[in-house]
Amino acid sequence: MADQILQFLLTGITVGATYALVALGFAIIYNASDVVNFAQGEFVMIGAMSAVALSAGDNGLPMPVALLLAVLITVCVGVLLQRFAIAPARGASVVTTIIITIGASIFLRGVALLVWGKDIFALPAFSGEQPIHIGQATLLPQNLWVMGGTGVMVLGVHWFFSHTAVGKAVLACSCNRTAAHLMGINVGLMMLIAYGLSAFLGAMAGVLVAPITFTSYDAGVMLGLKGFSAAILGGMGNPMGAVAGGLLLGLIESLSAGLISSGYKDAIGFVILLLVLFFRPSGLFGRASVERV
Amino acid sequence: MNIRKTLSALAVSALMGLSATQAIAADSIKIGSFLAVTGPASFLGDPELKTLQMYIEKINAKGGVNGKQLELVHYDTSGKAKEAVGFAKRLIKKDRVDLIVGGSTSGSTLAVIPLVEKDRIPFISLAGSVKIIDPVKKWVFKVPHTDRMAAAKIFEDMKKRGIKRIALISGSGGFGKSGRAQVLALAPKQGIEVVADESYGAKDTDMTAQLTKIRNTDAQAILCFGFGTGPAIVTKNVRQLGIKLPLYQSHGVASKKFIELAGESAEGVRLPASALLVADKLPASDPQKPLLMAYKDRFETKYGPVSTFGGHAYDGLMIAVQAIERAGSTDKAKVRDQIEQTKGFIGTGGIFNMSPKDHLGLDLSAFKMLEIKNGDWTIVK
Amino acid sequence: MKRLRGLFLLALLVVVLPILFPDNYYVTVVAVSAALHAILAVGLNLLMGYAGLISLGHAAFFGVGAYTSAIITTRFDLNPWLAMAAGILLTGCIAFIMARPILRLKGHYLAMATLGLGMIVQIVLVQAEGLTGGPDGLGGIPPLSLFGWEVDSDLRWYMVMSTVMLLVVWLALNLIDSRSGRALRALHGSEVAAEMMGIDTTATKTGVFVIAAISASLAGSLFAHQQAFISPDSFSFFFSIELVTMVVLGGMASTFGAVFGAFVLTFLPELLVVFEDYEVMIFGAILMLMMIFLPQGLFVGLQGLLRRLLQQRAPARLPAPAEEDKHGAA
Repeated sequence: MADQILQFLLTGITVGATYALVALGFAIIYNASDVVNFAQGEFVMIGAMSAVALSAGDNGLPMPVALLLAVLITVCVGVLLQRFAIAPARGASVVTTIIITIGASIFLRGVALLVWGKDIFALPAFSGEQPIHIGQATLLPQNLWVMGGTGVMVLGVHWFFSHTAVGKAVLACSCNRTAAHLMGINVGLMMLIAYGLSAFLGAMAGVLVAPITFTSYDAGVMLGLKGFSAAILGGMGNPMGAVAGGLLLGLIESLSAGLISSGYKDAIGFVILLLVLFFRPSGLFGRASVERV
Repeated sequence: MNIRKTLSALAVSALMGLSATQAIAADSIKIGSFLAVTGPASFLGDPELKTLQMYIEKINAKGGVNGKQLELVHYDTSGKAKEAVGFAKRLIKKDRVDLIVGGSTSGSTLAVIPLVEKDRIPFISLAGSVKIIDPVKKWVFKVPHTDRMAAAKIFEDMKKRGIKRIALISGSGGFGKSGRAQVLALAPKQGIEVVADESYGAKDTDMTAQLTKIRNTDAQAILCFGFGTGPAIVTKNVRQLGIKLPLYQSHGVASKKFIELAGESAEGVRLPASALLVADKLPASDPQKPLLMAYKDRFETKYGPVSTFGGHAYDGLMIAVQAIERAGSTDKAKVRDQIEQTKGFIGTGGIFNMSPKDHLGLDLSAFKMLEIKNGDWTIVK
Repeated sequence: MKRLRGLFLLALLVVVLPILFPDNYYVTVVAVSAALHAILAVGLNLLMGYAGLISLGHAAFFGVGAYTSAIITTRFDLNPWLAMAAGILLTGCIAFIMARPILRLKGHYLAMATLGLGMIVQIVLVQAEGLTGGPDGLGGIPPLSLFGWEVDSDLRWYMVMSTVMLLVVWLALNLIDSRSGRALRALHGSEVAAEMMGIDTTATKTGVFVIAAISASLAGSLFAHQQAFISPDSFSFFFSIELVTMVVLGGMASTFGAVFGAFVLTFLPELLVVFEDYEVMIFGAILMLMMIFLPQGLFVGLQGLLRRLLQQRAPARLPAPAEEDKHGAA
């Protein structure tokens, strides 16, 4: 039993690490602009699909170059999304921005469908497929890449927001836009940086998991939904909370699949999420919001 | 006098013009189709649509059917049952098609059955579930093997290898669920015990939790019922966990894509599929061989690796065309009767012999048990 | 009576259309779906537009209604009308129980909670095969009949669905102008202020949540009988999103806006079908552009545009501002 549990935990952390990266992207954009970006899952898809497209075939680019370009492409998409879809609709209501980002996600999916077709693709694993044994449990080298990559990026984001002038400026915009503007911060640029960073995280998640999970033009939908759930579970305004929410959601899913029912594992995840919200309306690590009258 | 003549001439020509347009409209045979060309089931709908287009073009180039050209009207359901109902209505009421060949997924086929039964239009489904033809519905036919047949074929092979206890893992989509139900219903009759019954979601990315549970049972083989990415991930996870049990997949993964995705992990996986995948390995005496080779060549020169799903569209279309030829018209009741009387038709899925009691007309011999070896299909003797 | 001018106009349109275009696919088939969507959107708009409560799980209530009708009529052979009432009762109870904890949440947390609720219902519909038939769905649902008048043709469904739609619109208009409707709108403006005015905000919110759920359940029952077959993917997260889009696209806090949004979003995909693979991309782009340039919604936006045009034409005769507009401002 103990070795089963160990396997469930390892599985949960791998899956959770992906959710965590997507959730972190949600949290960063939400923090900077009060928008929940439902196209976050599409960033993951674009990252993975461009990496596949660039590296495929006999004339394909070498893997590291392809990955780098794939991430760059996604960052550009993120920046363009901010510039041409989010910025013009400033001051719109919560629902309006939700519909805009949903529209954007449908649009990006449509473009991906035209550019890359409907097939499912796999990216080769970064360092082989020989399983690593930990007791009775096993891991793939790629699982370690996902966990390690997530760890590095989470720390990087943390450092960016707490130790760099640019990071602090982005945070300042989220606290009070007008005040930040008056302080001489280029609010527009900060927004572009926030969306670019979010897209970067999404693309990294995409290329890290594509060797395990495969990818297709519609792979972003479910990841976006799970990432949003994770971000809410952790508390939307708190990036580290979002990461914790992602890991937690992954663990809940794999433990319920293993111990309770694989058919209802997603339902169990949502029930727990609802219960958490009933008792902590701002998520596990979110600050209670103060409502302005 | 003159004016009257002119007027009557005008009237006559107008009438003739009217009947001329009607004649043009009636000159083509309209074949309607709704397929999951995009969405999670696009690996079904995409080759199906390509096949329909390719063969309708070919038939038209040869002069059509009964001297009339075929016209394809198709819509993309993206795999959603509700869309399918809408498009079926559109085909029947707006486009007024003569018959329908389509419905990539069982869900979308089952959803339109009430409609085609009510509006009395021949419908040949390209979906798998046995529920489509059992019980028999007057206007509904299907050409792919049923999930019940797939389960039976797998059990037949298992019994040959002395396997008595199996672990089942299935997708939570329509295909996986329906397959699961057939496996659970058929297993006791075949003397096979299902010791684990797990499932996974359509977009799940890791099934090691379910498989770890399966590893701790005393199952002698694993059977996975599903399509899309799921079965490929299951296959990889089985190898990752070091499970040495034989792995069976369903006919839902019968395309080269599965081998490509699962890579080396796919070695030794067995699945039931129609002979199309191994056309070149069939003995020359096989009655299906000439057709299979012709279809495969035609499809592969134009679009790439062949899958069994496009083959279903070929079977459906050809059965429909032959029925229209025999009926000598597009009268819906006559065409329906002729479809029901399809006998000895050699298709990609097997040799079809339909009857009022059997709207599929295939038996277990239409399935071949395949094993993946060195990244290619081989026939299990 | 001026208040109901829009309703009469809509009713006139409903009567005239099938007379002008008998047996037209867009009238007898597409318009029926549009009317169904309009019923759902008007109910959801009470919740979103007037009370300011977002819901990304409205399809769940639609689904519970449809499945209750389907299960009761096929398994127990009971009267469809009885089944419809049972569905309404069940959804009403679920909504009433869920309202308190869920409606305490705000903004995106509320969105998540309703989304979660929708997902849970969807998963149960898929997994509980014994009851719901699983992903393969439930078939053989009998048609409705009214004193021996069987609703079994497209035209008859057109009559039933559009009548129910008109009824729902009429009820919604009356509700908004009633005492509780004013309480509702006060709530949207500021919850704290509303409470200070002596409005029981919790009761008002619960009430509107239950009303929205009930109307969705009613639509669900109609849908089940019309289709004769239902399966879980008609009640998925994507349909919830579609409904929200109808409300927002039409223009929040406008009952006719919701109707308009429902019609636009039902007809748009029908027209985009010809673009085949481009359809997804074009649909997404249209959605984005409309929300960016007409954030108040199409109906309100176009109304404003029309009014400005009219004013330019006849500056002397200012048309009276439509009743709807006042709500929009509320």
